[in-house]
Amino acid sequence: MLELKHLAYSVDGEGANLDILKDVSLTVKDGTFLVITGPNGGGKTTLAKTIMGLNQPTGGEIWWNGEDITHLSITERARRGISYGFQQPPRFKGLRVRDLLALASGNPALSHAEGCQLLTQVGLCAADYIDREMDTSLSGGEVKRIEIATILARKSPLMIFDEPEAGIDLWSFARLTETFRYIHDKREATIIIISHQERIINLADEIVMVADGVITDQGPKDELFPKILANTQSQCEFVRKGELA
Amino acid sequence: MNTIDTHLLKEIADLERVPQGAYNIRKNGKLEGRNNSANIVIESKTDKPGIDIHIAPNTRNESVHIPVIVTETGIKDLVYNDFFIGENCDVDIVAGCGIHNSGCETAEHDGIHTFYVGKNAKVRYVEKHYGEGEGTGQRILNPHTIVYLDEGANIQLETVQIRGVDSTKRYTKVELAAGAEAVVTERLLTHGKQFAESKMDVVMKGEGAKTQVISRSVAQDESVQVFYPQVEGDAPCFGHVQCDSIIMGNAKISSIPAIVANHMDAQLIHEAAIGKIAGDQILKLMTLGLTEEEAEQKILDGFLQ
Repeated sequence: MLELKHLAYSVDGEGANLDILKDVSLTVKDGTFLVITGPNGGGKTTLAKTIMGLNQPTGGEIWWNGEDITHLSITERARRGISYGFQQPPRFKGLRVRDLLALASGNPALSHAEGCQLLTQVGLCAADYIDREMDTSLSGGEVKRIEIATILARKSPLMIFDEPEAGIDLWSFARLTETFRYIHDKREATIIIISHQERIINLADEIVMVADGVITDQGPKDELFPKILANTQSQCEFVRKGELA
Repeated sequence: MNTIDTHLLKEIADLERVPQGAYNIRKNGKLEGRNNSANIVIESKTDKPGIDIHIAPNTRNESVHIPVIVTETGIKDLVYNDFFIGENCDVDIVAGCGIHNSGCETAEHDGIHTFYVGKNAKVRYVEKHYGEGEGTGQRILNPHTIVYLDEGANIQLETVQIRGVDSTKRYTKVELAAGAEAVVTERLLTHGKQFAESKMDVVMKGEGAKTQVISRSVAQDESVQVFYPQVEGDAPCFGHVQCDSIIMGNAKISSIPAIVANHMDAQLIHEAAIGKIAGDQILKLMTLGLTEEEAEQKILDGFLQ
C-alpha cells in the first residue's frame, strides 16, 4: 500500500517559495488502478516524481508497504518495487533496446523471446527493434513505447506512468491500453497513471484530480468521471457561446 | 609466457592460449612465437624491424593474430608490419599492443601498419591498445595504420584504447579506389593525466567509394583528447564522419572534423558532438535499480561498446 501524508514540495522562485505540492495526502491500496488527472501545471508530474524519489519532498512523508521511504534514494525505491515511466524518456547512444530491457528486468540473460514479448505489449514489431540502438534513429513515439516496455519488464508491484499516451499513435495506444487492462485484470501491480485520455481514465478504479498543487477531488471512477465530463462539456459550451457572441 | 603476458594477450586480442591459424607474437621487441597457415605466410623483414604478412588470393574465413606485448620498462619498440591481402579474400586480422610497465622508465611501442588490400577483398581489422603496471614510467603507444583499398575492396577497421595508455598519437590513412568501402571505428577512453591525439585521413579516389568514420571517446579526470578526422572525396562518392565524445571531470576535448570535396558528386557529411553524461540518463537507470555509479558506468560502457 502507498500512503502519502501531507506531502509538500516547494522550489525557490524569485526570492519566494513556490509551492508545487501543498499538503497532499493519499492512500492507494494494492492492486488499485489509479489515474491522476487535472490541468497542466497542476503538480501531477511533480507528485509522481516525488513518489519515485526524483524530487525530494520539502514536507510530509511517503510510506510504501508500511515503510517510511521519504528519504530513500531513487535506487532504493526502485529496489523496493517502485518503477516510473518518464514522460520524456532519454535516449542512450550505444545501448541497444535489448540491453535496456535486460537492465530493467534485472536479468542480464534476458532472452530474445522475452525481450520481443515486452516490445509487442507496447505495440512495437519486436524483431525490428530488439537490436536497435537507443539513439536518435528512433522516433519520440518509439522511445516512449520502449520506455513503457522497461516498466513492464521490471514487473514492479507499483508502476507509475507519466502520460504514457503522449507521442504515441492511435494504433499503438489501443495496444497499450489493452496491456494496462491485462495487468490490472491480473492484479499484478498497483498502477498509477497520469493521464488526460478518456480511454485510460475509463480503465481506472479511482480518479484523483490535482490542480494548483492540491487534490481537488477524488473518488471511484464511476462517480468522478461523469462529473469531470460534465464540467468539461460545460466549459466547452461556455467557450463556444463566447466565440459565437 | 608468464601470467602478465597471458593477461595482456587476453586484454588486447582476447587470447587465452596460442591462437588457431597464423599468428606472430612479439614481446619486448623480439619474436616470441609464429605460425603460418597454408594461405597466410608471415616473414620477418630484413631491412628494418617488422614483418610482412602475405595472404593468398581467395583466402576465406581465416584469421591472423599479430599481438605485441611490452613488459620491460625502458623499451622503445618500433615495428613496420606490411599486409599484402590478395584478391577476393575474406579475413580477420587481430592486432594490438599491451604494455605492462612496472618500472620508472618509459615503455613505448610504435606500430606502423600498412595494408594493401586486393580487389574485392574483405578485411576486418581490430587493434586494441591497453596499458597497466604499477610503475611510474610512462606507457606510450603511437600507432600508424595506412590502408590502400583496391577496386571493390572493403575494410572494417576498429581501433580501441580503453585505459592505461599515458600518451598516444594515432594516425590512420585510408585510400579507396572505385567501389571500395571503409568503415573506420575508433573508441577511446582516457583518464588521469593521459593524452590522446588521433588524426585520420580518408581519401576516396574512385567512383562509388564509400566511407564511414565513427569516433566515440570518453575523457575523464584531467585527460586531454584531440581529434582531426578528415574525409576527402575526389570522385562521385559518399562519406560520413561522426565524432561523439563524453567529457567528465576536468578533461579537455578538441574535435575538429573536416570534409573536403574535390568533385561535384562527392557527398560528404560530418557531425561532431561533445557533452557530459545527461542527468536524465542517470536518473532513468537509477529508476531501474542501478546506483548512480553503476548507471554512469553502464552509460559509458554502452557508449564505447
